[in-house]
Amino acid sequence: MTGSDGGPDPDDPLEYDQARWSVDDSRYEPLLSEKNTDRVTVESSLPDGLTRDELTLPSLPEPALARHYTRLSEMNYGVESGPFPLGSCTMKYNPKFTEDVAARREASVHPDRSERSVQGLLEIQHRLQEQLATIGGMDAVTLQPPAGAAGEFTGILIAKAYHEANGDDRTEVVVPDSAHGTNFASAAMAGYDVVELPSGDDGRVDLEALSAALSERTAALMLTNPNTLGLFERNITEIAQMVHEVGGLLYYDGANLNALLGRGRPGDMGFDLMHYNVHKTFATPHGGGGPGAGPVGVTEELAEFLPDPHVRRADGGYERYTPVRSIGKVHGYEGNWLVLLKAYAYITRLGGAGLTDASAKAVLNANYLAERIEYEVPFGPFHHEFVASAGEQDAADAAKRMLDYGVHPPTTKWPETVDEALMTEPTEIERKRTLEQLAAAFNAARADDTETLEDAPQRTAARRIDQASAARNPRLSWQALDDE
Amino acid sequence: MVPGRNLSQPLLATRCNTGITFLMTANGSPYASHTDAETEAMLSAIGAESEAELFDIPESVRFDESLGIEQRGEQAVRSLIDRTLERNDDLIEFLGRGHYDHYVPSMVDQLSSRSEFLTSYTQYQPEVAQGFLQALFEYQSMLVELTGLPVANCSMYDAATALGEAATLAIRVRAVDGDRVLVPERLQEGRRRTLESYLVGHDVGIETYPMADGIADVEALSERMGEETLLVYAETPTVRGTIEERLDAIGDLAADSGALFVVGSDPVALSVLERPADVGADVAIGEAATLGLPAAYGMGTGLFACREEFLRQVPGRLVGASEDASGRRAYTLTLQTREQHIRRERATSNICTNQAWVALRTAMHLAWLGPDGLIDLAEDCVTRPKELAARIDDIRGIGAPVHDRHHFREFVARTDQPAAAVAADLERDGYAVHVLDEHEIQICTTETNEDAIDGFLEALREAAR
Repeated sequence: MTGSDGGPDPDDPLEYDQARWSVDDSRYEPLLSEKNTDRVTVESSLPDGLTRDELTLPSLPEPALARHYTRLSEMNYGVESGPFPLGSCTMKYNPKFTEDVAARREASVHPDRSERSVQGLLEIQHRLQEQLATIGGMDAVTLQPPAGAAGEFTGILIAKAYHEANGDDRTEVVVPDSAHGTNFASAAMAGYDVVELPSGDDGRVDLEALSAALSERTAALMLTNPNTLGLFERNITEIAQMVHEVGGLLYYDGANLNALLGRGRPGDMGFDLMHYNVHKTFATPHGGGGPGAGPVGVTEELAEFLPDPHVRRADGGYERYTPVRSIGKVHGYEGNWLVLLKAYAYITRLGGAGLTDASAKAVLNANYLAERIEYEVPFGPFHHEFVASAGEQDAADAAKRMLDYGVHPPTTKWPETVDEALMTEPTEIERKRTLEQLAAAFNAARADDTETLEDAPQRTAARRIDQASAARNPRLSWQALDDE
Repeated sequence: MVPGRNLSQPLLATRCNTGITFLMTANGSPYASHTDAETEAMLSAIGAESEAELFDIPESVRFDESLGIEQRGEQAVRSLIDRTLERNDDLIEFLGRGHYDHYVPSMVDQLSSRSEFLTSYTQYQPEVAQGFLQALFEYQSMLVELTGLPVANCSMYDAATALGEAATLAIRVRAVDGDRVLVPERLQEGRRRTLESYLVGHDVGIETYPMADGIADVEALSERMGEETLLVYAETPTVRGTIEERLDAIGDLAADSGALFVVGSDPVALSVLERPADVGADVAIGEAATLGLPAAYGMGTGLFACREEFLRQVPGRLVGASEDASGRRAYTLTLQTREQHIRRERATSNICTNQAWVALRTAMHLAWLGPDGLIDLAEDCVTRPKELAARIDDIRGIGAPVHDRHHFREFVARTDQPAAAVAADLERDGYAVHVLDEHEIQICTTETNEDAIDGFLEALREAAR
């Protein structure tokens, strides 16, 4: 796919062929590791009673392994393979230099090193805390939570500790119906009953419904802003006031922060605490599902509840300390440090101007793409993402067809507030022509008939995969396959 | 863009006025390189005059872009970070206590860094994610072999959160009306305190059982077991580096009282020690990134495996084998109705983003070692601490090992001098060890510090006197 002038006609979708295994099972290339295991007898200087008898693992020379993993990588689609407009996931380009930064030997120290001997590392942690606080309009930030959901859990534990410190026994967390599933699960993990808030007709929080949901039982409202439809909650000031009036806290889910950089800060909108998804907003690689990092920012009033340890300036350097009413720990050490280091490198590279521009281009791209595609796009105006409706088509089928047109499809069938949802977030990295190519893929899928959609994809490493039988008859290891 | 620029001034006007065509690109994101002509054409297509106009943010809560973070060139960022990290002391680490440093082969770095792996997303479109899915299936399979348990998920955040998840699993699957989790009195602090956090939402308390000379005191443990015991946790190696000798007895006690038995370990230790399944473990947890990642300031990957009967209660993602429309084997995330994006507040866990890429690295490292290489590495983990402890025991003012047990990678030593002073002296000489209490230090040795042992012993001889 081209990102510059020249190249294919932007109105004509690309065709795409991914590497795949040979059809003939006996001619897999290279051979699967399961077929290359060796069973060896375990010999150890330990007494027999403490040891196992044998061990069966793949046994391949390095060149064969290199081919195996190279081949597997060819059967995988990443941000560098082509457009990746996966809604709510912010699949932006992951700058190469951040990998080199994280590979520094000096960065990889043991977590139990003395404070005195890791001053450089503590200084970077402190700088990142400050950068994130500025970006979110928060007073203090912990880097410990290892993912967004862990950040949510941390935030809700902080809210719980805050209420308990006030002698206030609250039992409910309010979550809009369009929120990420993690919000519900994180609140439940912290022992709260979840109150689901129905969206209004405009796709935003309905103030009357909110009023009905809030009470002296409310510990917090968890809100994503702009929400998962890409819509800014225009009534955010009233929402904050209503939550605060009943004594609750307002929690910001940072999944969509890429829409606001430099132009809006959760802290200024009345949010009391928030998490950041550095693997979304700050360009650290998603790694096929992780690792990410989910730092949590809080107002000054909540800073004493942050996880242990926290980093602050001390005489001539930096120190770890335990906040006086710390909730304790949410990770064995201090989270996904190498991911945080990449985020620090990205923020430092872009600076305030670059971050603000990234948001501007992300929002511009989403709006331009929404304009170009022929599927109906309800609601608006959009920030960094929009949710189109596949209408009479099955959104999942349409998505599979887009794979054949060389793009990763949008998030499908969610949020449920839009029928057959195609939740689309192109991010700032795509230029005009690429967005046109992307729109062409949407439009081509829209023009295809049902049979074609149901037969898709055709050009990928695997054809349509039978999900139902995978769940009905779970085979989760080589051993399970061998038992058949 | 200039930080603090008046918001009401549209961006295009700024550029027109200055006449600099690439003003945005010069100060903007280097990874969003729209030309001005493109930006203008796009704005015009959507009927907007400026980018600022696209932001539907009420004036009262708008921010004026004054983030105050300077933009730097790539080289400048790298040298800034290099300079800062160089303020870390260059110490040779003899540190462990649950988090270990083994040599990571270059193949792991090079191949895991292929962008198709590194920059991909969770495999919700499995037809274009077969490579990663197969690699995670291989990871699960290797953990099944190492633990002997038939179900392994494709990662938790780290060992501490895996222990927390094991406890909430126990709450879900145990019919007993238990309200107590039993853990060893000696447990890495982060594991203990993360477990506490995972139990905040439940009416379940944590109690400890004593250790006798570095391993579980099974008799004392049996007195603490009762109907209220939901879960018993034991680990091997223990946080003090000893190999737990009574796992089967602990497993029997757990079985007798209907408690879940959770065993903690790591892939290297599991290659030679008894399989958790063979000592009656219901769940195995641990630090999988003992292979695949360097020390990384505590970043890891939680190993999580369990018995078949808990399959539908497992936290986290699972990769399963299936077939595609042409009848060929294919892989997919499966049993997703356990997960938060479908089950929401009734999910088995809130985990979404996990440590998939680290799990990929762990699998690559395991495959690179092969069964013989892995067993050799494990055997070194048995002999190295034994030999080092013997040499240290010859030094005046220090005795090692404190526990008359088999050790794995590390051991505790007793110092005549205050332990903190000994460690401080060692640090001045360029070596890091753990201080446990007033007269105990802990020393971990693997292939990554073996070349430094002579110098370390020299420094210890001075420090311990």
